[in-house]
Amino acid sequence: MKKIGLLLLILSSVFAYAQTPEEKGREIAIEADKRDNGFANSSSKMTMTLKNANGDVSIRKMRSKTLEVHGDGDKGLTIFDHPADIKGTAFLSFTHVLDADDQWLYLPALKRVKRISSKNKSGPFMGSEFAFEDLSSREVEKYAYLYIKDEAVNGEDAFVIEVRPNYKYSGYTRSVVWISKEKYQPLKIDYYDRKNSLLKTMSASGYQQYLGQYWRPDVMVMANHQTKKETRLGFADYQFKTGLSERDFNKSSLKRAR
Amino acid sequence: MFLRFSNRVIVCVLLFVFGQAIAADWSGYGAAEYRGFTQSTLDNDQFDSGSVSLSFEPEFYHSWNGGDDSVAFVPFARWDEHDPERSHVDIRELVWLHVAQDWELRVGIDKVFWGVTESQHLVDIINQTDMVENLDGEQKLGQAMLNVSLIKGWGVLDVFVLPGFRERTFPGKGGRFRSIPEIDDHTFYESAAKDKHVDLAVRWTQTFDDWDVGVSHFYGTSREPRIMPSPTLASLVLVSFYDIIHQTGLDVQATLDEWLWKVELIHRSGQGEAFNAFTGGFEYTFVGVLDSAADFGVIAEYLYDDRGSDPAVAFDNDIFVGGRLAMNDAASSELLFGIISDVNDSTRFYNIEASRRFGNSWVLSLEGRFISAGSKGDPFNSIRQDDVIQLELARHF
Repeated sequence: MKKIGLLLLILSSVFAYAQTPEEKGREIAIEADKRDNGFANSSSKMTMTLKNANGDVSIRKMRSKTLEVHGDGDKGLTIFDHPADIKGTAFLSFTHVLDADDQWLYLPALKRVKRISSKNKSGPFMGSEFAFEDLSSREVEKYAYLYIKDEAVNGEDAFVIEVRPNYKYSGYTRSVVWISKEKYQPLKIDYYDRKNSLLKTMSASGYQQYLGQYWRPDVMVMANHQTKKETRLGFADYQFKTGLSERDFNKSSLKRAR
Repeated sequence: MFLRFSNRVIVCVLLFVFGQAIAADWSGYGAAEYRGFTQSTLDNDQFDSGSVSLSFEPEFYHSWNGGDDSVAFVPFARWDEHDPERSHVDIRELVWLHVAQDWELRVGIDKVFWGVTESQHLVDIINQTDMVENLDGEQKLGQAMLNVSLIKGWGVLDVFVLPGFRERTFPGKGGRFRSIPEIDDHTFYESAAKDKHVDLAVRWTQTFDDWDVGVSHFYGTSREPRIMPSPTLASLVLVSFYDIIHQTGLDVQATLDEWLWKVELIHRSGQGEAFNAFTGGFEYTFVGVLDSAADFGVIAEYLYDDRGSDPAVAFDNDIFVGGRLAMNDAASSELLFGIISDVNDSTRFYNIEASRRFGNSWVLSLEGRFISAGSKGDPFNSIRQDDVIQLELARHF
């Protein structure tokens, strides 16, 4: 029996050794997805602080709701509160793994719901350094993975994996993600533009655990190395399993989102 | 403004609910506008050169029952230096909304938008156009309504009961952007109930993957009047005649990556001979033009109305070509421009709109409208001297 046990041990270490960097990268992504599974729905308040190279600052405030969808990308509803001229504007998105997302915008002055092109994945979200795709739900099949190494971020152990988008219209050739070994959430992401030069770095901090399972950051800072602009995205009032349903994520609910 | 009795009841009920509100939430804007006219007037009664105007639109919103019940109150007021008809007040919204699992109920005064196209909105019929506000017809008067919305797997079905009718606003004798001669205050109706006719409307909408479809039917007082000459003792004026109509509408948008394909089609009967009208075309968006964050959309639409030029219809056989530039910057800078050209004659209507934010609460907008009228029969003929450059500074709160 002991011999068989030893054989199994040897075999398993051989298999582990035979695991390619692609397999290991994907395995980390699957584990991250698994650990974030089952949150059902969530909501939070967001404050965006946009800073340009001269240090001029402008503020955006919004509320965000997310509905977890199994087997596809999540559904999201974002309601804008500030600045006052865009108050009441709301954005509904049904994200998909590889297909184009479905997106609708509600313009309160005209009471008009507009279906908009989803080609804007690479476009800036509210004039910030975050692109729509940076804030979209991370589904395993959206990317191809490559494990690079282990490296700590501010003393926190992390896997470093390279991620290449499988979907159309991404603004990136690739990104390099530092995923916390403890939380399986990104601590840092380097984004490389279509010419493969370093474009932006996202740093997430202040992770807190909700419902004993789901880790969410308090702050995400996106620094653009090419324009020297920076956006700080602060999160507050995270709530999970609040009873949101499909009904809260359609064109009717978009129209009365306020 | 004058409110019908049923509207008064609604107003009283809502003001009561409104009074009960504990935590209030006010927002809105106030704006100052200058309109500069570059050409001399066609009619001596119209004012020359420039005009100042102020507008104010506060908004009250309160919700309770975990958001399942809410009231919104949006009054609007404008003062205009030269045109007393343009100085006006309106209740844009005063509505109670109740939300249930698969239905919604709206009671009060509200605004509703239907449709998908950019150059004109054929299908959109619930609200009357507040024509003194802007030549583009995008501004609407509040409409009293009872609206039940059923939200089901097979789509969304909206049923509207619309008690009371609002006449279209037109610039006064001294104002610009008016017909020559001017449209008089005297209004005529086909229905003996006049502006108390209860109108009905129904609309079904559904999304099929990349396709958003809407089918609607309206029965009641036409929002678009027939304009008829009426001799008075002093001179000839024009009067509005409101028919009882049936209008069936279809609107479809296909969203295929960077292409948006749009169609609106209506069939209207009861207003002279039955007719059809169509607007359709596309919007193509270039994302991140010239390696910047900006998006540029090219819009082209064809406008057709088989009433032709008798009676005079502005867009009977016209082509709209335009562009939309969104800078996607912190100031939300935007530029929209376009030309509507009549296929039959040389009538051209040029449009440019630009806006950006200053600081957190100021928005500066610039609008330019330039008209070159080809034939005498074209409705644009009487506003051919009304080229305008308009600057508006709004403070939002």
